[in-house]
Amino acid sequence: MRWNELGKFLVIALAIIGGFCVYISPLANSIKQGLDLQGGTHVVLQAVDTPDLKVDDDAVNRSVKIIERRVNELGLTEPVIQRQGKDRIIVELPGVKDPEKAIAMLGRTAMLQFKDMNGKVVMTGKDLKDARAQVSQGNQAVVGLEFSDEGGKKFADLTARNVGKQIAIVLDGEVLTAPVVQEAITGGRAQISGSRNVEEAEHLAILLRSGSLPVKIEVLENRTVGPTLGQDSKDKSVKAFLIGIAGVFVFMLLFYRLAGVVADIALLLYVMLLLLIMRYLGATLTLPGIAGIILSIGMAVDANVLIFERFKEEVKKGKTLRSAMDSGFSRAIITILDSNITTLMAAAVLFYLGTGPIKGFAVTLALGTLLSMFTAVTVTKFLMRFLVYSNITKSYFLFGARAPKPAEAKEVAK
Amino acid sequence: MKFSIVKNYKIFFAITITFLIIGFGSMLMKGFNLGIDFTGGSIMDLSFDKPVQVAQVRDVLKNHDLGNSIIQLESNDSNAKEAQGVLIRTGVINDEKRRAVMDDLKGQLGNFAIQRVENVGATVGGELIQQAVLAIVLSWFLMIAYITLRFEFKFAIAAIIALIIDVSVTLSYFSLFQMEMDSSFVAALLTVVGYSINGTIVIFDRIRENLKIHRRSESLSQMIDNSIWQTMGRSIYTVGTSLFAVVSIFLFGGETIRNFSFAMLVGFSSGAYTSTFLAGPLWLFLRGKKAGQ
Repeated sequence: MRWNELGKFLVIALAIIGGFCVYISPLANSIKQGLDLQGGTHVVLQAVDTPDLKVDDDAVNRSVKIIERRVNELGLTEPVIQRQGKDRIIVELPGVKDPEKAIAMLGRTAMLQFKDMNGKVVMTGKDLKDARAQVSQGNQAVVGLEFSDEGGKKFADLTARNVGKQIAIVLDGEVLTAPVVQEAITGGRAQISGSRNVEEAEHLAILLRSGSLPVKIEVLENRTVGPTLGQDSKDKSVKAFLIGIAGVFVFMLLFYRLAGVVADIALLLYVMLLLLIMRYLGATLTLPGIAGIILSIGMAVDANVLIFERFKEEVKKGKTLRSAMDSGFSRAIITILDSNITTLMAAAVLFYLGTGPIKGFAVTLALGTLLSMFTAVTVTKFLMRFLVYSNITKSYFLFGARAPKPAEAKEVAK
Repeated sequence: MKFSIVKNYKIFFAITITFLIIGFGSMLMKGFNLGIDFTGGSIMDLSFDKPVQVAQVRDVLKNHDLGNSIIQLESNDSNAKEAQGVLIRTGVINDEKRRAVMDDLKGQLGNFAIQRVENVGATVGGELIQQAVLAIVLSWFLMIAYITLRFEFKFAIAAIIALIIDVSVTLSYFSLFQMEMDSSFVAALLTVVGYSINGTIVIFDRIRENLKIHRRSESLSQMIDNSIWQTMGRSIYTVGTSLFAVVSIFLFGGETIRNFSFAMLVGFSSGAYTSTFLAGPLWLFLRGKKAGQ
């Protein structure tokens, strides 16, 4: 028995097992979760041509900026606003409380117009400097407008010319309020009444101060997951994960004994590293992504199975424990490489062509395949070496193989 | 003497062809149950504060000309007349209309919590089908290129035929049982492609290795049989662990990814079958040799 080698094995093994037990849960929770797990709204907006306004690159970029402003003003945590392709914008709002109101706001053109009695447009939203929700003296929710210098002059002029007459403040063709002008308003401020509550006034204010969209935007796609369903999915996938990994563990132990222990330790390291890399890359954990991880565990042991089966064959040929182990690894590595590279190709295609959760799945699949080659081959090899060289046992059985019968060995050797 | 897979190729080809005929028959006759990701449309999965009845929900929908929508109560008792959970599926509507419908539902039937709402335009669905087909065909071409590089062209073709069968079998199941296909189905199919190829590669890798030490006294089909049997342990164990993982997702992962994991369950099983029983004999055929030679 060589205590030095055994000691190395035990230190590494215990470090991995201990690290897994302590860190796995906080690590898993620290990874960004997809909308399908934490609840939230995913919206795809599309800029469309109208007779007056054609969609061009600049218009879409400006729209992204304006929508960004609107979303930020709503005070949501970690929203994602991305341009996709030529004329689409993706908005993701995790944990949004009232998804309907938010969606309604995103795509609104929000073109503000001030019209006189003849319907002539005198001012637009461009003349605004700021808009804030307020509560008026009559305890009404209103939106307080502050005009730019030029806007203030225009408004003073408009009101002065229309004393005793009605003017209209119109948003996207819909009359917000149409007060009768009592006197000329010169302070550069005005109020829009008619909001049902403070929240509605707040949303209107956000729309007005973020500006109007340069093109017409339509909601092409909307996916919302409520928080309850998200939590439910999370709980269930954790359960599926635990059962899946436990099954694979027991399987490896039963079939490969000591070698199975080594494979299981490598598997623990694999799961930890996978989560660590996902966190480091800022990857998002989605429901299909978790399924991908569970699946990759089943596939990660494939490399170990290939190695150990090869080892068995080498033992059968009459090789010693050490040389069977070495040639088991060196022979299996070619097979492992070829089969994993083809899997990587499928993952690459998925990543390239997929969107949203599918992309997340492709990332986990690809990372998993790459990492599993490292843990299942390199890490397992190191640990197996320590174990074999420690001379703790010479038993072929404990390493997952059958001891060769001398006659059988001779036959194969011929 | 071990059972010869190559000599009994007729049995395995017949099983495969029977499956494929049933599958393609079903695809032609029944088609697919395409989810809204492909067709466009909306799903509203709502949980009302107070139990509601299907008729009440339908009345609200009728006001929006959506009276022919599918309305399902979510209750453990399948005969329940009313339930808090309601699943509504409509055709293609724009998001403003969907919002109007939900406002009305709230106004007339009381408050609800959103479990899940999805609204997909018709154009997105068409793009998805295009992308899916493109993705799968692209993955095949990449694999043909790689296998040709590492092995030879005939291995590549045999492997891809096996993959096409796996994809067809998975599609067949979804058509036969009219299971709903969504965008994650495409991911599942590609995973099947990426995974099933492994089994074939492992066997071909062994054939490649055995080709080098191949003796004249041993026929090619014997050599293929030996290669398959030498890797049989690995095949069974790997399929075992992977299927265990998939079954665990299928049983415990929840409704949302049930169809996703089912597609993989079918595809992986088919992959194990085609790798073991078809890929080797197929390669022999492509080399223009009959079994036994």
